Amino acid sequence: MPNNSSRCAAAPAPAPAPAPAPAPARTTIRTAAVAVAALACLTAAACSSSSSSSKSSSSSNPLVPSATGSVIVGSANFPEDELIAQIYVDALQGKGIKVTSKFNIGAREVYYPEIEKGAITIIPDYNGALLTTSVNPNSTATSTAAVNAELTAKLPPALEILNSAPAQDKDSITVTQATATKYHLTSISDLAPVAKDLVIGGPSEFQTRADGVPGLKKIYGLTFKSFQPLDESGPITITDLASGKVQAADVFTTTPQIITDHFVSLADPKNDFAAQNVTPLVYKKGVNSTTVSTLNAVSAVLTTDALLEMDKALIIDHASYTQVASGFLTQEGLK
Amino acid sequence: MSYFQIAWQWLTSAQQWHGSDGIPVRLVQHLQYTGIALGIALIIALPAGLAMGHLRRGGFVVVSVANFGRALPTLGLLVLIFVLTSGSPASWLVPLVVLAIPPILVNVYEGVLGVDPDLTDAARGMGMTEWQVLRKVEIPVATPLILLGLRISAIQVVATATIAAYIGLGGLGRYIIDGLARDEYNVVAGGAAVIVLLALAIQALFTLLRWLIVPVGLRRETQTSR
Repeated sequence: MPNNSSRCAAAPAPAPAPAPAPAPARTTIRTAAVAVAALACLTAAACSSSSSSSKSSSSSNPLVPSATGSVIVGSANFPEDELIAQIYVDALQGKGIKVTSKFNIGAREVYYPEIEKGAITIIPDYNGALLTTSVNPNSTATSTAAVNAELTAKLPPALEILNSAPAQDKDSITVTQATATKYHLTSISDLAPVAKDLVIGGPSEFQTRADGVPGLKKIYGLTFKSFQPLDESGPITITDLASGKVQAADVFTTTPQIITDHFVSLADPKNDFAAQNVTPLVYKKGVNSTTVSTLNAVSAVLTTDALLEMDKALIIDHASYTQVASGFLTQEGLK
Repeated sequence: MSYFQIAWQWLTSAQQWHGSDGIPVRLVQHLQYTGIALGIALIIALPAGLAMGHLRRGGFVVVSVANFGRALPTLGLLVLIFVLTSGSPASWLVPLVVLAIPPILVNVYEGVLGVDPDLTDAARGMGMTEWQVLRKVEIPVATPLILLGLRISAIQVVATATIAAYIGLGGLGRYIIDGLARDEYNVVAGGAAVIVLLALAIQALFTLLRWLIVPVGLRRETQTSR
């Protein structure tokens, strides 16, 4: 499974995280009130953290690292994750929730322990990679449902995943628009009659790893003319696919050049590649129902195409994170 | 098990020695990249160095080219040219030539420049043309340094030709890049060992060349005073 931190080869330096909103002056009194309420809550076993519904009771809580009404949104150290984190921040602030940003933390190996102990409350993650990197390296789940079911069952009790977005940043067999038109390709299955004439490219390990060349043969019965070692969905892959040196290549589904170079990512109906849906990973005690419903509303409208467009705006057109995030929420009527 | 043992096991297993991914094929590809890059660098740097050394001007150019060539990141240049030329298969050539030129240029220039002026004056006094001075006096006297430049260049290029694998070409770099990507450290260690041996072989070759080419009269002097 590719490490998500290395996914965007052509990435610009991330923009600095926006400053957290200043805390309201009345916090002290409210804090005291909530502290009492929280103490009562802790003694009542049935009191679930996400059940606090009224806004007045959801203020900062000194007993829990991140209280229900104020959250800390983290992000991994690559542009797409930081962008999604910015969307979360923007949407949550729109609902009156106090948000602190802690972007660009590092790879999953770095941020996962942080969220496990509640030092961050929310981080946009990718369900498949989360499962195989931090939860169960031996998992064989590939579909979105199977991956999420296993995550729900095996995540540590302090953590949970919220609804997955349809948006996926995962490996795909990608061809040029011309090739797709010529052979009538929309899904990997359509390659069956023509694979023997096509050279497929990908990172070196694609030739041997389970969902690479062996997986395509086993699951779709495809045998390509040959394999050409390239890079991990980076400039070498893009250039060789565009120039026709390879006719199909392993390209991540949100690579902005899919738009600029007119590529087509073929559908993967038999789930050779494990699902990589954008999924909020949260520290349970730190989120209330408003936070959950807000993030679920964002996930509901975040599609791969939308994410691809936003990545393009960010990486190719050099738009700012806040601009892209805010534009998306406005367009989807969430702001 | 040590890396030496891992590399040795990989090197000595029979399957590494035949087929399109075998060591002989990769070695030949690697030597092709190295040879072509060195040849082109030689065609550019040797006449330039000889001319500037003989005319005793252009020292600034030599120093600039040398520093420029050393400062350029080879891998960055490789990817840049690859992308700019829409994936030209010869993208590997420019970075390797850029890498190979400075040692040759500097040493040829310095070699010719360092020839004792008494010698060239005497040659001119005997009625030699400028061309004859260069060919019969300056080049033979500068041979040790010219060979040194070639040797440094050849070793750098043979070690760096591994980058061709980065843009999907062959050569011994394939073992290192593929091995790292697939967590097959025996392949990495074995491939690296082959490249090290190749660099040592080139060193030996130049020692031999020096023995054969450097004029007998110079050898004693170069051994004692240089």
